[in-house]
Amino acid sequence: MQPAVEFRNISKAFGAVQANADVSFSIAKGSIHGVIGENGAGKSTLMSILYGYYNADSGQLLIDGEERQIRTSQEAIAMGIGMVHQHFMLVENMTVLDNVMLGTEGGFKLAAKRKDTEAKLREICARYRLDVDPLATIHDLSVGAQQRVEILKQIYRSAEILILDEPTAVLTAQETASLFEILRLFKEQGKTIILITHKLGEIMEITDQVTVMRAGRVAGAVATRDTSKEQLANMMVGRPIEGNLPRKPFNPGAPVLKVSGLQLQDKHGVKLLSDIDLTVRAGEIVAIAGVSGNGQSELMEILSGMRLPSSGKVEFLGTELPFARRANADGLPAEFRALGIGHVPEDRLRDGVIKDFTVMQNTVFGYQDRVKNKAGLFDFKAIADRCAHLLEAFDVRPKNPDLRIGLLSGGNQQKVVIAREVSAAPKLMLVGQPTRGVDIGTIESIHTQLLRLRDEGVAILLVSTELEEVRALADRIVVVSSGRVTGELNIDEFDTTRIGLLMGGMHKH
Amino acid sequence: MKTTELPRWASGFVLPILNLLSALLVAALVIHLLGESPVESLQILINSAVINPEGLSYTLFYASTFIFTGLAVSVAMKAGLFNIGAEGQMYLGGLGLTLAMLSFDATLSPWLLIPLAMVASAVFGAGWAFLPGYLQARRGSHVVVTTIMFNFIAANLMNWIIVGFLIPEGDQNPASRPFSEAAAMPRLFDWFPALGDTPLNISFLIAILALVIYGVVMSRSSWGYKLQATGLNQHAAHYAGVRISRMIVVAMLISGALAGLAAVNSIMGSTHYLSLNFPAGAGFIGIAIALMGRQNPVGIFLSSVLFGALIQGGFDLSLEKPNIPQETFIFIQGLIILFCGAMENMYAPAVLKLINARKR
Amino acid sequence: MEDFQFASIIVSTIRNAPVLIFAAMAGLFAERSGVVDIGLEGKILASAFVSAGVAYTWQDPWIGIAAGILVSVALAMVQAFVSITQKGNQLVAGIAINIAMSGLTFVVAQYFFQQGGRTPDLGEARLTDVVLPGTALVADVPFLGWFYGHLIGGHSVLVYLAFLLLPVVHWTLFHSRFGLRLRACGENPHAADAAGVSVQRTRYIAMLIAGVLCSFSGAYLSVVQSGFFLRDMSAGAGYLALTALVFGNWRPIYTVLGCLMFGFFQAVQIQIEGVDLPVVGRIPGSLIQMIPYVVTVIVLAGLMAKSVAPKALGKPFVKSR
Repeated sequence: MQPAVEFRNISKAFGAVQANADVSFSIAKGSIHGVIGENGAGKSTLMSILYGYYNADSGQLLIDGEERQIRTSQEAIAMGIGMVHQHFMLVENMTVLDNVMLGTEGGFKLAAKRKDTEAKLREICARYRLDVDPLATIHDLSVGAQQRVEILKQIYRSAEILILDEPTAVLTAQETASLFEILRLFKEQGKTIILITHKLGEIMEITDQVTVMRAGRVAGAVATRDTSKEQLANMMVGRPIEGNLPRKPFNPGAPVLKVSGLQLQDKHGVKLLSDIDLTVRAGEIVAIAGVSGNGQSELMEILSGMRLPSSGKVEFLGTELPFARRANADGLPAEFRALGIGHVPEDRLRDGVIKDFTVMQNTVFGYQDRVKNKAGLFDFKAIADRCAHLLEAFDVRPKNPDLRIGLLSGGNQQKVVIAREVSAAPKLMLVGQPTRGVDIGTIESIHTQLLRLRDEGVAILLVSTELEEVRALADRIVVVSSGRVTGELNIDEFDTTRIGLLMGGMHKH
Repeated sequence: MKTTELPRWASGFVLPILNLLSALLVAALVIHLLGESPVESLQILINSAVINPEGLSYTLFYASTFIFTGLAVSVAMKAGLFNIGAEGQMYLGGLGLTLAMLSFDATLSPWLLIPLAMVASAVFGAGWAFLPGYLQARRGSHVVVTTIMFNFIAANLMNWIIVGFLIPEGDQNPASRPFSEAAAMPRLFDWFPALGDTPLNISFLIAILALVIYGVVMSRSSWGYKLQATGLNQHAAHYAGVRISRMIVVAMLISGALAGLAAVNSIMGSTHYLSLNFPAGAGFIGIAIALMGRQNPVGIFLSSVLFGALIQGGFDLSLEKPNIPQETFIFIQGLIILFCGAMENMYAPAVLKLINARKR
Repeated sequence: MEDFQFASIIVSTIRNAPVLIFAAMAGLFAERSGVVDIGLEGKILASAFVSAGVAYTWQDPWIGIAAGILVSVALAMVQAFVSITQKGNQLVAGIAINIAMSGLTFVVAQYFFQQGGRTPDLGEARLTDVVLPGTALVADVPFLGWFYGHLIGGHSVLVYLAFLLLPVVHWTLFHSRFGLRLRACGENPHAADAAGVSVQRTRYIAMLIAGVLCSFSGAYLSVVQSGFFLRDMSAGAGYLALTALVFGNWRPIYTVLGCLMFGFFQAVQIQIEGVDLPVVGRIPGSLIQMIPYVVTVIVLAGLMAKSVAPKALGKPFVKSR
């Protein structure tokens, strides 16, 4: 039987970056095929070529044994290829039905096809147990349900080859299990599934074959039953994975941050955070683990002064933080910074740096009022000296202070942010997703940096969706789900299954 | 290695010149279609505005006003706000200085009177910019539409005030009474007779001072840093501790104040009375200047002089060539805003290709 | 006496609204597809001038209107090129068009007609009012005569066109394939793109429609209402139309209501001028003229919090991965 998809010597470059180099492998029909690799390995680019989003520079693409040119997404759809993106391609204020009909309306008048489409959707939902109401509006649906709508869209368009890009990034354990059930059903019906992920556990659980990509090339192709997580990880990274980084024995000092009864509601009354209690002591790393979107981001925003809580108390070094008499958080981050709270934000480009400012300008971002000379203007000599020192100490590349920071890689941008916050000698460091979008070499150096801070007695509150990162850094772990703390453990109680359950909302008994 | 980004000299210098030339090319085409020779028109313009010393003096006189309105729009732009209201703010600034003049021009010495009038014009201009700024900061009302509305409101309001209250008894001219001679801005002619008997006055020097202060504040002060951060990325500016609401309002106040100060040159340097519609489009020219000059002090200066030349030369041109009335220059203004503002990166890919080709 | 005044206010409202309705519907298409159209004012001016000028030259209002459509569409295409293909600042592009047209219309009018930047009076070459069948019969019947003859009937064709636009625009936007795709482009262009819709093409078409609709606004001003073109005669109508859009939350029916509201204020304005009101006496003309602009600010200040613009409005679409 012909493979459903075959890549032969596919290459694609974006400017100076070679995203795919001579990629060749095939995907069997009626199988679940995993494609793994870290950020920047080229898996998303390859799938985008398959989906017609990009065109390869060279190489051949064969669908069902025949060479094809897929120039646009429309052509891909016509060939039965469907893609469920990581960031949903849904119009929020329209119904499921309208979202499905978009692009397949069948005629100028919508009414003609609406009834038919609705019936067909209900039938598909029943057959694959998708549990979605075609007349529901997207923004009323949960994240898991929205993903099912994406899948529904592809099935409706008779996709036989389904590509899923990091589908479980935003799902709870329960929702992931449901998704995998659906995928198994698809496989039974003879559909081909391509699963892009970086989660080794999932690969081992659901796939039949795995292709490992690294730096734009195929680093390995194996049958799942013939391999192991460790072997895959090695192929993914190209060298033995980071063992335990050195750290001093756990010897926490006095409490630096004490959160009591923190609540947050949004303007519709939806509870984003409920009864959050937590304490971080000097010289300890407390990691908040949880699936993205369960309140961790909001918690960080509150603790860094970027947002006001609805109620509750936060004490920093014994004094209550000044939330009380304020109408909004305008200017509050500056006050928190002055107290000694540093913040490495989750979304570096949105919050942490000004893309069009130079590296040097970004090294004083947030601290711009502390670097003035006697005339009240910037002390450029002092700023330049400090910048040069930071770039050196944190190994930022390229070491050019006048480069626009937007031109640096994600990892180097992050190093600048961390260098800046660390050099202000905070007593509490809030760190959100420190290694998101960062290459593997830099991850290790960032982790080392954070551990060093901890050893120096700084209190660190870390938010991360990567359990491996949590395991590498935390002294204590607080698990949140749906805005509540569902469990707390010490690092020596670390247990993936238990944490997974807590992340999925099962409270510890 | 191929450059993927334009070097600063290309984006800061080459692109603006290409954009300007494009605008002038379209203008030349229109002039040709109107039956006149673009080359001849350009010659008349240059002779009148630059070569002739008196003409040059007028050019610089007009430029003085434009420097202020250009600065006004630039300051707001740096904060991410598109202030279309400089026209109305200048108009109200004129009212402020007029009230000061009418009240005190008989009693106060010029040393007190002139600064007082300047402060009054700045305060009134700022006041007129306050509400749009406040509404943007607190209610998210878009500053573009609100400032345009305030321009219309200002036109009607000032009409009512001038016609209703300021025209002296028996006069037909829709203007206030003339201010006393003592209240005139000292003319540069008095010190440099070579400049010709023109209204060019010390406002020009004050304008240059304003440019210098603007340059220093933007590049060397933490307030300027915070302003620009707000304009580039409000989320990040909030992270950095900037009080966004306050910054927006203050930026608009300063913008309005600068626009108000533009009235000083127009009135106290020239007419010496408040007349209907005296801004005559200076506020809108400020927009073109801010875009063409890329909100940079040197750029603003050069653009202001260019527009001063267009106005001065355009006036003489319209006398010689009735088919090219002064309104032609409003059209040219629009072209400049289009090419230098909305299409500013149109030539970037081509320039980038050239640079890379030369590298090999 | 009071009734009579009220009646003429209603009729005036209906006759004032079309300028705004055409422009607002134009803005609706553009903005619902994701493109900010601040350049309505410039398109109105350009088409007002061209319609009047061409109508005078050919002594035929319809040829004038057709010419106005061509010009407005040309401007809309320039805006579209700048906003969609060049991905330039859409606000700046709109303002540029407005200022450029303010100057150019005067210059060209002066060139062709030598009348100080205006066009000559159209006289006979204007659109005749539509007289409904049977108007003469019921003319003497109290209320019904007025109602049938002056409120429903007796307006220019363009007035009926403006109000007819409402159901047409509503249906197109919410019940047609094109409308679905258009709205998707304005809310989440990435979703539209992934579904195989060409975001660029849809937005260009939206701007084309905007150009056509906007031209009627200008034509209405010069050919229907006054009979000639006068410098800057739009007097902010383009911005008032945008405000009606905000007021109406980008929905056709509420937007038209907003336009009617502005038309109503304008009608009242004219009635109040020269009338001694209790307490305040006679209000000066200038202050009355301010009213629509003040109302705009109030609307923008009060309603921004509740009104929800299309999510992708003003953001150029860049395919990203």
